[in-house]
Amino acid sequence: MNATNSRTRGTLITVITWILVLLFFFPVFWMALNAFKSETDAASSTPLLFFTPDLDSFSVVQDRGMVTYLRNSLIAAGGATIVILILALPAAYALSIRPIKKVQDPLFFFISTRFLPIAAVTLPLYMILKTIGFLDNIWALVLIYGAINLPIAVWMLRSFLLEIPIEIIEAAQIDGANFLREFTRIVLPLILPGLAAAGLICFIFAWNEYFLATLLTSNDARTTPPFLGSFVDGRGQFLAVLSTAALIAALPVIIAGWIAQKQLVRGLALGAVK
Amino acid sequence: METEEIKPVVVEKTTWVSRGLLLPALVFAIVLTQIPFLVTIAYSSLNWNLLKPAEFGFVGFDNYVKVFQSGNLIPSIIATVLITTLAVVGSLLLGLFFAILLDRQFKGRAVARTLMITPFLLMPAAAALVWKYSMFDTNIGVINYVVTSLGLPPIEWSTDFPLYTVVIVLIWQFTPFMMLILLAGLQSQSKEILEAAAVDGAGPLKTFAFMTLPHLRMYIEIAVLLGTIIIIQVFDPIAILTKGTGGTKTLSYLLYERAFIGLDVGEAAAYGVVVVILTIIVASVALRTMFKVFISGVQR
Repeated sequence: MNATNSRTRGTLITVITWILVLLFFFPVFWMALNAFKSETDAASSTPLLFFTPDLDSFSVVQDRGMVTYLRNSLIAAGGATIVILILALPAAYALSIRPIKKVQDPLFFFISTRFLPIAAVTLPLYMILKTIGFLDNIWALVLIYGAINLPIAVWMLRSFLLEIPIEIIEAAQIDGANFLREFTRIVLPLILPGLAAAGLICFIFAWNEYFLATLLTSNDARTTPPFLGSFVDGRGQFLAVLSTAALIAALPVIIAGWIAQKQLVRGLALGAVK
Repeated sequence: METEEIKPVVVEKTTWVSRGLLLPALVFAIVLTQIPFLVTIAYSSLNWNLLKPAEFGFVGFDNYVKVFQSGNLIPSIIATVLITTLAVVGSLLLGLFFAILLDRQFKGRAVARTLMITPFLLMPAAAALVWKYSMFDTNIGVINYVVTSLGLPPIEWSTDFPLYTVVIVLIWQFTPFMMLILLAGLQSQSKEILEAAAVDGAGPLKTFAFMTLPHLRMYIEIAVLLGTIIIIQVFDPIAILTKGTGGTKTLSYLLYERAFIGLDVGEAAAYGVVVVILTIIVASVALRTMFKVFISGVQR
């Protein structure tokens, strides 16, 4: 009898869990649903679960040039991620496997730059970029997103590198492997999951960035997040178009995060959690 | 044979190689984060209003006097502390709750977990817009449909409850973040010890309070620290949902407003410097905790 009881309780908790999870997920589900509605159906005061699918909003979004904004986002986030990994991996190496004397100081410096309120320096940043003619330039975003997320990657990669057994590296050094060999043959293959995790996190943060993109770009370099706001229209109905654009904008990161859940956890905790 | 004779040199060489490896990242970070800050300090001593270019000139600390006399700072500090605290505590508790639910074995757990993390992956600007126009909206919002179905008057969220509007969206986005870290903590707990405790007659509540919570402590610290760093600078939901009205004008939003609506470069820069100094004071405490949690934990 006791066993049946605890079984019923287990089922009950499972059902409650599912209800809460679905409730929590509902706004995303609703966004996806609205993306396939006509404007009239999306603006219905009684929320419509069942409706005739309408793909009009997809062509509207395309006509508004969303592809360009997505391309800009890809350059900004992808470029920043590449810059970060190229700079962060050697730095993390010098802070773990071949440590310099005072490892703490650079670690401290890197993470303290992440604390710096970006908003405090945006206007000077704006003026500097304006002076050197880099306003509304996608490569400026690449560099800035690179600088903002570099500390995350350095900290993460360091924690991954510290996990490589020192014996493996010492063995390679005794065998006379020079630095480049030690790095490409031994360390690089072992650090690939770490690079994937760091890259994913940096890419997500850069892809989703709204504040600087709004202020430092206008036409040529405008990325997707500020573009989304342009669908808000004070006069007419816009929820279907807005939902479509939001869905398309968010999908790459959502899918990447779904696939790489394990790396995501590790990455979000700067490597401190497995 | 080569290693034998140059042994002392190898150590020397290693240090230089290491410094060389570190240098590019260090230079990159210094140039891109410190130079704009130095420029900000320089700007803060200038009378530089973009609308009145004729009055350009050096004014010393005048801009700082204006900043402290404006009375903008204290309300913004309160808004920042309030929103950050509510969002961090709210998402931590909700995240812990969901982590416990999803730590159990049940049908479709992987799917449930995948659905749960989605709000965190959703672009914040998209999340704020979706909440504003499809959830909170007075006419077509789902929440107000539920509220009016219950016979209650519709709620004008962003004007009646601006603070909670922002906090709700933040909690929704950061609960998965907290949950992921806490779930990793729960799963790293030894199942044998928990079973032994159950055999010894410890109830689930007792086990949770005396074994699971202490085990989770490090994970909670990590989650709170990293969550706070991100949420304290948050801008998107405020810009989209309330535009800083009704006690939601955080320091980030205030800086934005001073800079890009006021068009007074000098004054905006002074605001920036003051906020950075405030941040340094708070961050030095946070950084020390962070070092304790992260670095001493994995020191080789």
